[in-house]
Amino acid sequence: MAERYVMSIDQGTTSTRCILFDHGGRLVSVAQREHKQHFPRPGWVEHDATEIWRNLEQIGPKALAQAGADPGQVAAVGIANQRETTVLWDRHTGVPVTRAVVWQDTRTDMLVEELARRPDAYIVEELCGLHLATYFSAPTIRWLLDHTPGLRERAERGDVLFGTMESWLIWKLTGGPEGGAHVTDVTNASRTLLMNIYSLSWDDTLLDFFGVPRAMLPEIRPSAETYGVATRVMPGVRIAAALGDQQAALFGQTCFAVGEAKCTYGTGSFLLLNTGHEPVRSTHGLLTTVGYQIGAEPAVYALEGSIAITGALVQWFRDGLGLIGTAPEIETVARTVDDNGGCYIVPAFSGLFAPHWRSEARGIIVGLTSYITRGHLARAVLEATGWQTREVVDAMNADSGLNLRTLNVDGGMTANNLLMQFIADVLNVPVVRPMVAETVSLGAAYAAGLAVGYWPDLEGLRRNWHRAAQWLPAMDPELRAREYDNWQRAVERTFDWIKPHDEE
Amino acid sequence: MPGPVQSIERAAAILRLLAQGSGRLGLSEIANSLGLARGTAHGILRTLQMVGFVEQDEATGKYQLGAALLHLGTSYLDVNELRSRAINWADALAARSGEAVRIGTHLQGKLLVVHHVFRPDDTLQTLDVGMLLPMHATAMGKVLLAYDANAAAAVPEGDLEAFSRRTIRTTKELTRALSGIREVGWAADVEETTVGEASVAAPIRGYGGLVVGAMGISGPVERVCDPHNRPRADLVTFVRDAARAVSRDLGAPRW
Repeated sequence: MAERYVMSIDQGTTSTRCILFDHGGRLVSVAQREHKQHFPRPGWVEHDATEIWRNLEQIGPKALAQAGADPGQVAAVGIANQRETTVLWDRHTGVPVTRAVVWQDTRTDMLVEELARRPDAYIVEELCGLHLATYFSAPTIRWLLDHTPGLRERAERGDVLFGTMESWLIWKLTGGPEGGAHVTDVTNASRTLLMNIYSLSWDDTLLDFFGVPRAMLPEIRPSAETYGVATRVMPGVRIAAALGDQQAALFGQTCFAVGEAKCTYGTGSFLLLNTGHEPVRSTHGLLTTVGYQIGAEPAVYALEGSIAITGALVQWFRDGLGLIGTAPEIETVARTVDDNGGCYIVPAFSGLFAPHWRSEARGIIVGLTSYITRGHLARAVLEATGWQTREVVDAMNADSGLNLRTLNVDGGMTANNLLMQFIADVLNVPVVRPMVAETVSLGAAYAAGLAVGYWPDLEGLRRNWHRAAQWLPAMDPELRAREYDNWQRAVERTFDWIKPHDEE
Repeated sequence: MPGPVQSIERAAAILRLLAQGSGRLGLSEIANSLGLARGTAHGILRTLQMVGFVEQDEATGKYQLGAALLHLGTSYLDVNELRSRAINWADALAARSGEAVRIGTHLQGKLLVVHHVFRPDDTLQTLDVGMLLPMHATAMGKVLLAYDANAAAAVPEGDLEAFSRRTIRTTKELTRALSGIREVGWAADVEETTVGEASVAAPIRGYGGLVVGAMGISGPVERVCDPHNRPRADLVTFVRDAARAVSRDLGAPRW
C-alpha cells in the first residue's frame, strides 16, 4: 500500500506554504510562494486574496510532486493561517470586493478610538476576551462597510461574505460559488471581537456594537472536524482542520496540558499558555483566546502574550539599515562583540503590545556612545527579543499563578543559537526546541490527521514530539537583574512619544 | 586543448564594464557597449545574477555588481545562514534516522560544528555548536577534505593525530580514503574518533556545486553499522537525501 500523508497549508503574512507530513510527524516535502504586500497609504497593509488562492493552486500540486504522491495519498488537509486578516468577497462570483486588510493595518485607529469612547465599550472585553484594537477583524469589517458604497446592503443580503484567510481558502477549495463551505474555526473566530468567548458563537451584542450583519459571517466550527471535500487543487481530499497560526503552533508543540506554553519567534512573537477548559481573564495585559477545539469535545482556552516586533527588528536591521545581508547574519555580527556595550533597542515601531499596550510609544535606541559598533547594535537587536519575552512570561506567571518551568520555542529565529541562549539566560528556565521547528504547519496537520483518524489521539501525537535542542540558563543572577532593570528603564523612555494630535 | 569559452569571456567583459564608471547600466547600454545581441547579453546577465555576481535594481531595471562578488575573498556562505537554511532537513534526518545530526564547515584546519540536532530519544544531551573536531578522523571532516581543496591544503604533511586504533594515520592513507569518498559521494567514520561510535556524512553544495559544508549523523556503532561494521545502507541513503535537499534549497544543480 502506498504511503499516506497529511498536508498542511500555512497561509502566512508573507507567504503560503504547503507541507506534507508522514505518520511520524516528519516533514516530507515543502513548497512555498510569497505574495505581494500592498502599502497603498501610510499605515495600510493589504493582500490580494486571489493571488494567495492562485499561489495555493501552484504549491499544492508542487508539494505532492516533490514527494511523488498523488491526492489519493493525502488523508486530510489542515489549514493554519495569519490571524485577523479580513477578506470580503462576492458569494456569486467568488471575487474579493476589496483587497484583504492585513492584521498590521492601522486604518481603523480613529474608528477604534471612537468605539472605545462609547459608554458600552466595556462589554467588548467582557464578552470576547480581547481589547478593542485595530488588528482584530470587527473594526476592519465595519470600516470596509462604511467606506465602500453599497457594500452594507450586499452584506445584509448575504451576497458578500466575510472570512479570515482559512474561510476564504476552504470556501474556494470546496467549490467557491458552486456550493463552497463558508466556515471558520473557533480559534480564528476568537480573533474577530465578534465571538462570545464562553458560548463560542457569534454574539448579537457584539454584532450590534460593531454594526456587522450576521448574514455575512461564516459558521463557527471546531478546529478539528471535516468541513468538506476539496473539489479543486487536490480533488477528493478532506479538509479537516483550521487554526489560527499561533494556536496551530501550540497544538504542534503538543502543549495539551494546563500550564504548558510555547513561544513562536517570527516577525512578531507569540507566547501561548494552555489554561484548560476555563477562559482565564488577564489583569496583566494578556489576551484570552481559544487554543483549540477537537470535534465535539469542549474547547481548550489559552492566554496569549503578543509581541509586535521581534524578527521584524532583524529585518529592519537588514533592509532599513543595511547592516547585514541576510537575517541569520545578525548572529555572526553579534558574535563579534561580547556584550551590548550598554546599548538597548526598544522596537516600539507601532507602539508596544503585551504587557504594556501603549499605542503612543515609539521605538528608541538608548545608551549610544562612540564605543558602540555594529556588533553592539546587533546584540541589542537580539536582546530586545529576549527581554520582551521576559516581560510576557512575567505577566503570564502573575495571571496564571503558575511558574513557567520550560519554554518551548519554535519559528525561524530558533536557528539563532545566541538568541536562544539569551532567552534561557533572561528567563532563567531551559529553552527547548522540538524536532520539527515548523510547528505551525505541524499543528494544522496534527489537527487534520486527528479529525480523520490518521492519528488516534493526543497521546499518539505527544509520542511524535522530540527534543531537538536545549539551552540551559547560565547568566549570573546579578547581571540578569541589572540588565533587566536597564531594559525596563529603556522601555519607559518610549512612552508618550506620539502626542494625541500628532496622528492625522 | 579546447579554445576559450566565449560566454565566460563575455561574462568577464560585462563584469569589467560594470566595475567602471557609475556601475549602474541598463541592458541596452551593456549590449551596445560590448556589441552583443540583447538576448545574448540578457542570458549572461541572468546567469551572473543567479550566482550573485550581478544585481538588478527593481525600480530602474539597471544592473550593478552583486554583493557576492564584493565578498568573493571572504566566506562564501555565512555559517548561521547555512544553519537557518538547513534546519528543517536536519530535523527530518534526525527523526528519520533516530540519530543525532550535525552540520559542519571547515575552519582553519578543523571541523567547526555549526548545527546540532539531538538524537530523538529525549535523553539529556548537550549542544555542541561551536565545537572544533579533527578533520581526518570524522566523516564530516573527510567529506570536506574530499571536496574542498582549501580544507585539504590546511592538513599538515606527515603523521596525523590518532584518536583510536582505527584513525587514519598517514597522508597517503588519507589520500586514498578521500578518493574513495569522491567516488561514492559520502564518507563514514567507524570508531575513528571514539571507540564505539560511528558516523556517516555527505556534502552540502551551493551554487555551481561548490561544497559549503557537510551534514551527517552519528551514533553507537551497533546501530549505525551492519554486522560487517559497514554503515547501514538505509542510513546512508537518509543522509545523502537530506544533504541533497539542503543543497537544492541552496541553489545547487541536481546531481
